[in-house]
Amino acid sequence: MTERFNSSGRVQKAPENFLTPAGVKTVFAEGKQGRRDFIRRAFAAASTATAAGVAAVAAPANAWAQGNPIPTEGGDPNILNLPAHATGLGQGVATEGYGKPSKYESNLQRRQSPGLTQTTQASVSFAPLQSLFGIVTPSGLHFERHHQGWWDIDPSKHRFMINGMVKNPKVFTMDEIMRLPSVSRFHFIECGANTAVDWGNVAVPTVQYTHGMLSCSEFTGVPLITLLELAGADLKNGKFVLAEGGDGSAMTRTIPMSLITSGEVLVAYGQNGEMLRPENGYPLRLVVPGVQGVSWVKYLRRVEVGDQPYAAKDEAIHYIDLQPSGLHRQYTNIQECKSVVTTPSGGQVLLDKGFYNITGLAWSGKGKIKRVDVSTDGGRNWRQARLETPVLSKALTRFNLDWVWDGKPAIIQSRAQDETGYVQPMYKQLRDVRGTRSIYHNNAIQSWLVQENGEVKNVQVS
Amino acid sequence: MFKFPKIVLAIAIGLSFASAFAQSTKYPGVGRDATPKEVAAWDIDVRPDFKGLPVGSGSVAKGQDVWEAKCAQCHGIFGESNEVFSPLIGGTTAEDIKTGRVANLTRTDFPGRTTIMKVATVSTLWDYINRAMPWTNPKTLTTEEVYAVTGFLLNLAGVVPDDYVLSNKNIAEVQKRMPNRNGMTTAHAMWPGKEFGGTSKPDTQNTICMKDCKPEAKVASFLPDFARNAHGNLSEQNRMVGQQKGVDTTKPEGSTGKTSTSAPATSTAPATPAKAADGKADNKAVMALLSKNVCTACHGIDKKIVGPGFNDIAKKYPGKVDYIAGKIKSGGSGVWGAIPMPAQNLSDADAKLIAEWIANGSQK
Repeated sequence: MTERFNSSGRVQKAPENFLTPAGVKTVFAEGKQGRRDFIRRAFAAASTATAAGVAAVAAPANAWAQGNPIPTEGGDPNILNLPAHATGLGQGVATEGYGKPSKYESNLQRRQSPGLTQTTQASVSFAPLQSLFGIVTPSGLHFERHHQGWWDIDPSKHRFMINGMVKNPKVFTMDEIMRLPSVSRFHFIECGANTAVDWGNVAVPTVQYTHGMLSCSEFTGVPLITLLELAGADLKNGKFVLAEGGDGSAMTRTIPMSLITSGEVLVAYGQNGEMLRPENGYPLRLVVPGVQGVSWVKYLRRVEVGDQPYAAKDEAIHYIDLQPSGLHRQYTNIQECKSVVTTPSGGQVLLDKGFYNITGLAWSGKGKIKRVDVSTDGGRNWRQARLETPVLSKALTRFNLDWVWDGKPAIIQSRAQDETGYVQPMYKQLRDVRGTRSIYHNNAIQSWLVQENGEVKNVQVS
Repeated sequence: MFKFPKIVLAIAIGLSFASAFAQSTKYPGVGRDATPKEVAAWDIDVRPDFKGLPVGSGSVAKGQDVWEAKCAQCHGIFGESNEVFSPLIGGTTAEDIKTGRVANLTRTDFPGRTTIMKVATVSTLWDYINRAMPWTNPKTLTTEEVYAVTGFLLNLAGVVPDDYVLSNKNIAEVQKRMPNRNGMTTAHAMWPGKEFGGTSKPDTQNTICMKDCKPEAKVASFLPDFARNAHGNLSEQNRMVGQQKGVDTTKPEGSTGKTSTSAPATSTAPATPAKAADGKADNKAVMALLSKNVCTACHGIDKKIVGPGFNDIAKKYPGKVDYIAGKIKSGGSGVWGAIPMPAQNLSDADAKLIAEWIANGSQK
């Protein structure tokens, strides 16, 4: 032993091919003659494990329920009987070259709200917020909003153009954009219409449908200002920028130059360490932190610098906020401070009274979350929640609060405050100013009613 | 004698400028100048001051023809349809054209808001039709067609007369008659810059109160019982493991949860993948084709939407696969109603697959 441990600083080579082909033959031959029984047993065990694995998939539905009673027969069969995965051979590396979630997680899906739209190509899907952890949304569960269907665009053919009030209109390939110095930042993206269906009354059952047009990712890309400077943009007189998509809808939105010169706006290709998913704008999209999702133009093909706003369809017909006066607010872009409890939340059932971790998400389009308070009595009394790190500007922030449920009805709410001091409003406060027909930018405090039978319901309180 | 050094100096300055510019380029080799032809191909936006609007014109009469062939199937003959997209036309009056404010927007009892009630700028209509219509074949309209269709819509709304010819020359006059041209405000705190003046003060001011903040809360609004299962079985939309489960909404309220004697088995096993051998895969493939080609926007399986239900087609043309496939490819009008079906751009094989499925009774 001394030889190996004394040779410090040297990596020992792992033993490889310690059996020669002839040696293998010998072992097999001996095995067949019964002299090396253990080999046969090993192979038999491996094949049994495969069969058991198939049986597990077909197990009855209630196998998922996890009662944890005190065992009557001396122990929990899940402990006493070794399962296949403890006694068999698992799958090899790279069986899934691009891994997928466990099959037991298949209930987590983006979902459409039935009846919300007539076509799937001009529609939305909602992220399953009720089942997500931390602040990052898995790319495959990121909410979708398409205006004319999504495409998987060949990045080698994608071009990005800058024109308008610039010295030299420019064209970039993806290769060129990816050569430039990149930054990676966590930001939330929320559709301006998120929670719209609940403006007037409770309309949908779960947090997926009330708040699921919300996701948060680490985006990687080049600050748009870098590219504008390359084109020699007139940053003084060019007060507005038009961003335009390359898909059929050719989505256009006006972005203020001040947001771009701050370096915040990114021309992004990366999301959560991989390239953008096609549903989220592959190969290139705009990232406009704090601003509603419609401005984060997907399949970005062009940016034009101009001295006036553009009144594109989605800023002159949609994404305008009707006030009780009959006037529409136009160019309402910022997603104001908002939060929601994701557990417990609508459509769930608590199994029994006792300890629970109330958890949820808070965010603000104006900066960092400063604090979150949680009420379990419909807003009469509040306790301050723990903010979990990281707390990032214009990103989701996770909050947690200890709670012992006594089995009585409870109405759970969360109330966020951002670093500007702004406090998330109650429904009454929002409606007092904006009425009930405003559709967009509903950031009111959400209420979940926990009933005595454990069922949690979406409600609004007086 | 003086002139010569001056010229040399000028050249020298010119050269040093040129080289200074090149060196000030921080990222040499990245990006190239766009050609005028390239910019022209992509720079299609039209602003409210009509910058970007191409020279051209189109009549209301021509617009009606284009509308019936390419637009009516989604928007209705009069732009009033709510079947595929929200209605475009309706809800405005001659008085609105005078005031520039749509009176119905102040009413809480007026059903819905049409595009013409909301839009303040005629450039928005022109630009969007030009860039994104028809929905299934965007950017295929000629400049004349865009003018014509825009004019037709404005005619439906009573903004321009029947014999109007909309053009780049008179569109500014039309802007002065837009029913909701005075209906927008930028005075709010939700624009991230100072470009509009506006205000930086948010319109709601909640405060942080921690104790006895309000009287006991009463539930004022909740989802009615009939909507319990409207979003599918919620037990299948929650994680199978965790501190809570999803409610089984296929069962009446209270049948799950802590009141049950055994552990509540509210979740089900993961959805099994569609079986390939039992014919269901074919239906799945057809469903994907129907969705991809947006057939289901206009046709239900057993109900009429804009066009007939697939089952009705099967009743009328039982087994006539080739006929149905032909109709899918060529489009048609007059058989099922006034709104024509446009010719569909899909392969013969796909058309046949769909036609077979329709002729055989269209099942999900």
